[in-house]
Amino acid sequence: VIQAVDHVVLLPAYLAAGTAVLVLLADLLVARRTVTLAVAAAGAVAVIVAAVLARRGSTFCGADGCSYVFSGRAALIASVFALLTLGVVVLSVPLLRAGAAPAGEYLFLLACSMTGGVVLGAAGDLITLIVAVETLTLPLYVLVGMRRQTAESAAAAVTFFVVSVVATAITLLGAALLYAVTGVVHLPSLLSALEGDVLALPLTAAAVGLVVLGLAFKVAAVPFHAWAPATYDGAPLPIAAYLSTASKLGGVVALLLVVAVALPASVTGPVLAVLAVLTMTVGNLVALRQIRMTRLLAWSSVAQAGYILAPLAAVAADLPAAVVAAVAYTVFFVILELGAFAAVVGLRPADADGGRIDSYRGAARRHPWVGAALALALIGLAGLPPGLAGLFAKVAVVRSLLGGGAGWLAVVVALNAVVGLAYYVRVAATLYAPPAPTAVPARAVPWPVAGVLAAATALALVVGVAPQLVLDWAAL
Amino acid sequence: MTFLLVATLALPALGAVAAVAVRGDRAGRVTGTAFAALAFVASVLLVAGAESGGWFAYGVTPPGVMPWAELDVTWVPGLDLRFHIGVDGISYPLVVLTTLLTLLCCLYTIWHVPDGGRGSTLVALLLAVEVGILGTFLALDLVLFFVFFEVVLLPMYAVIAGWGGDDRRHAARKFALYTLFGSVLLLVGVFTVVAAAGTADLVALTAGAGELSRNTQIAAFLLLAVAFAVKSPLWPLHTWLPDAHTQAPTVGSVILAGVLLKMGTYGLIRVAVGVAPEGARWASPVLGLLAVAAILVGCLVCLAQTELKRLIAYSSVGHMGFVLLGVATLTATGIQAALIGNIAHGIITGLLFFLAGAVKDRFHTGDLAALGGLRERLPGLSGLLAFAAIASLGLPGLAGFWGEAFAVVAAFQRGGFWWVLYGVLAAVGGALTAAYFLRMLRRVTHGPASAAVASAPPARVSRMELAAWSPLVVLAVLVGLLPALVLAFSDGPVSSLVEAVGR
Repeated sequence: VIQAVDHVVLLPAYLAAGTAVLVLLADLLVARRTVTLAVAAAGAVAVIVAAVLARRGSTFCGADGCSYVFSGRAALIASVFALLTLGVVVLSVPLLRAGAAPAGEYLFLLACSMTGGVVLGAAGDLITLIVAVETLTLPLYVLVGMRRQTAESAAAAVTFFVVSVVATAITLLGAALLYAVTGVVHLPSLLSALEGDVLALPLTAAAVGLVVLGLAFKVAAVPFHAWAPATYDGAPLPIAAYLSTASKLGGVVALLLVVAVALPASVTGPVLAVLAVLTMTVGNLVALRQIRMTRLLAWSSVAQAGYILAPLAAVAADLPAAVVAAVAYTVFFVILELGAFAAVVGLRPADADGGRIDSYRGAARRHPWVGAALALALIGLAGLPPGLAGLFAKVAVVRSLLGGGAGWLAVVVALNAVVGLAYYVRVAATLYAPPAPTAVPARAVPWPVAGVLAAATALALVVGVAPQLVLDWAAL
Repeated sequence: MTFLLVATLALPALGAVAAVAVRGDRAGRVTGTAFAALAFVASVLLVAGAESGGWFAYGVTPPGVMPWAELDVTWVPGLDLRFHIGVDGISYPLVVLTTLLTLLCCLYTIWHVPDGGRGSTLVALLLAVEVGILGTFLALDLVLFFVFFEVVLLPMYAVIAGWGGDDRRHAARKFALYTLFGSVLLLVGVFTVVAAAGTADLVALTAGAGELSRNTQIAAFLLLAVAFAVKSPLWPLHTWLPDAHTQAPTVGSVILAGVLLKMGTYGLIRVAVGVAPEGARWASPVLGLLAVAAILVGCLVCLAQTELKRLIAYSSVGHMGFVLLGVATLTATGIQAALIGNIAHGIITGLLFFLAGAVKDRFHTGDLAALGGLRERLPGLSGLLAFAAIASLGLPGLAGFWGEAFAVVAAFQRGGFWWVLYGVLAAVGGALTAAYFLRMLRRVTHGPASAAVASAPPARVSRMELAAWSPLVVLAVLVGLLPALVLAFSDGPVSSLVEAVGR
């Protein structure tokens, strides 16, 4: 069979992959850091424009369905990925200027990862989905280890690599078993194949469980979370930002695609409920004890993954509402998390890691704007005004849970928010504490970092006042 | 009217921004205070619409909220959130009390900035707290009510953590975590109601929209009642209050005791009882028991207290117990006693905290054993303290009397062995209140001057202090003589609340 390939629909993916190639060529031929950076940034912008403007449609279609479905939601996901990549590229400017990592390879790998994210949203079958997730993750193993001459960085990369490969193997095994049971790989036809007698097979439950658990690694859900803190802490700060925003978004999108489209809610619901409760509770409790900034953010982002998974547990009752809540929460979270990381990058020396929380004492007095933005992001992550974006995110999750009849889970989410406040407010208060007598004098925040921080903060404020924008997107 | 309503809420918000934006500490404080004054004027003028309301227009099942001024704008339809605010006879006195106390606190801050940070930032935070409190009292949408309920938390945390006493961090964190625990339960309760009724409109919900089932009402009432009990705070969920009060700066304590606690009791009356009347009827014996326990525990702890601010803080627990007893009876008398008790406690305890702050500022101690003989050194301050304490113990003719006396009367009206017993025990609590306040006065004002009092320079009550305190003194007398000032417009909503419970 000769398939007609609709190249226009594929344009955003082509542009993303092309960016990677161009970055490599620019580094090879021009060999100037500024040019390479400009190419990477321009490529990300081009992907955003193409994703917004490109014709919606499907390609690689067979009898069962299409493997590449570029819908409105796929366009949204692609542009969010490109936007996050753009943000991380700009955040990396001080790091690359300091020569802490080779610019060409660094940006090439980042662009490769973006390609995976752009394709992921449009994945129409399990194979495309897994390949896209792997394309998203694979470059990150190297990026995590790219801080020159640091053992932590290498250790982080190895941890991440080993855990992630195991996770991928589990997902693949689950996908293979699903294919063995049903004989289809396309997401919509999987749902119709998994009915009646097939659903009652123990093998089906095992296969569904394996797929969900494998993808749970990617969002760092407990008990598959242990890689996250070590990896975040060892990675260069902008890469930690990428891991906790884009990479996490990738995991959420992949989970949503299989849970909301392909797999029966009666099986995934209980699995996700258990995962969600464990994830938020363990993440929050361990975050209470952290003394290093990146580790605290890592554990808190584990907890946040729990809030994202929670509405999916009530997916059986009201699918669209649960998906809207999960997507909206993710968008709010990603904006706030990017803001928090941008502020941390701004407050730290170019090639440093996150450092101890003590070292941020009085930071808001030395850098009033950056400190205020960091405090706002942390408060938002805790879900309290004036971080309205985070407040509405929590409201959306609790509302969908109570609407879906999972009141007990809503109570668990609510109580976890209290634990969350305990550590977020501790960090925020540290920022405003009187500085230690040995404090270093204020260092200028590099303007690219300030730009990303300003953009993320402005976005957080806008969606905080008008959360309906995000809810409308999420319902696409 | 709508303009005044928006102005009441928007002026403090603008003032908070302006106080920070203006160059110079003192200029910022003055600017913030000016906005607080404008907000106070706007809130007082709101009364002009009260007569024209005409709540006879409501149908057979009148709602428990009868706003005479309202504003209803769509905000986030995806979360059932509308920007729906309005003012009626139950919320109006609290709104005015809030704007008044904030204005007085801002005035006080112009003259006296506690150690810790810039005074203009403190004024901005006080105004931010005011926005949250006013929003809570004005909100006619359940979700909006929750949002404003949350707004208060962090600015108040910052006030305690930034300008408080030696152990401020611990106290501030305890305050934030406890009250957040309350408000997340509120969130769950709110959406339990919204999911079952299909609307978040408080006017419609209090008129019985959605016909909530008995079980939903009980679940919702329990969640909401615990949420409000933490904020009020009602025994046994009160443990954050003494720490917060002892450590908070004077203005923080005044706002905290004066109006912030009222968010809890107001929520209990308006939201919990209003939305889930059947749940309220189911829970009322337990509420009555808790109320009496709060009164007695509060009094007994006060009798053994050795620190001035801590004593006043625990006296709040007792007073809130009387308010809860009034609500628990679910009679018109009881709820009106609760409303007036709320206002009286705000006026008198606000004054008491101002005075306790003045004592601590002068003598650098609040220890009752170290104080004494204040009457000889500072007769003016000591006289005011005696006045406030006597008002607080419920002397007839002063504001504190009505709430306490009629809560007991309502319990007797309700009848039956248990309610009569509650009434008797509450009356005993009233006597104990007199005992501990008189004990405090004997320790602080009478006797020979202690070392701390004798050695401090005799700083007389300044004109600025007098300006901040005298409105409260006048109101304590006025409300005592004319309780109708508070209750004038509350008949309609209260009787329809009671009717809904009886249905």
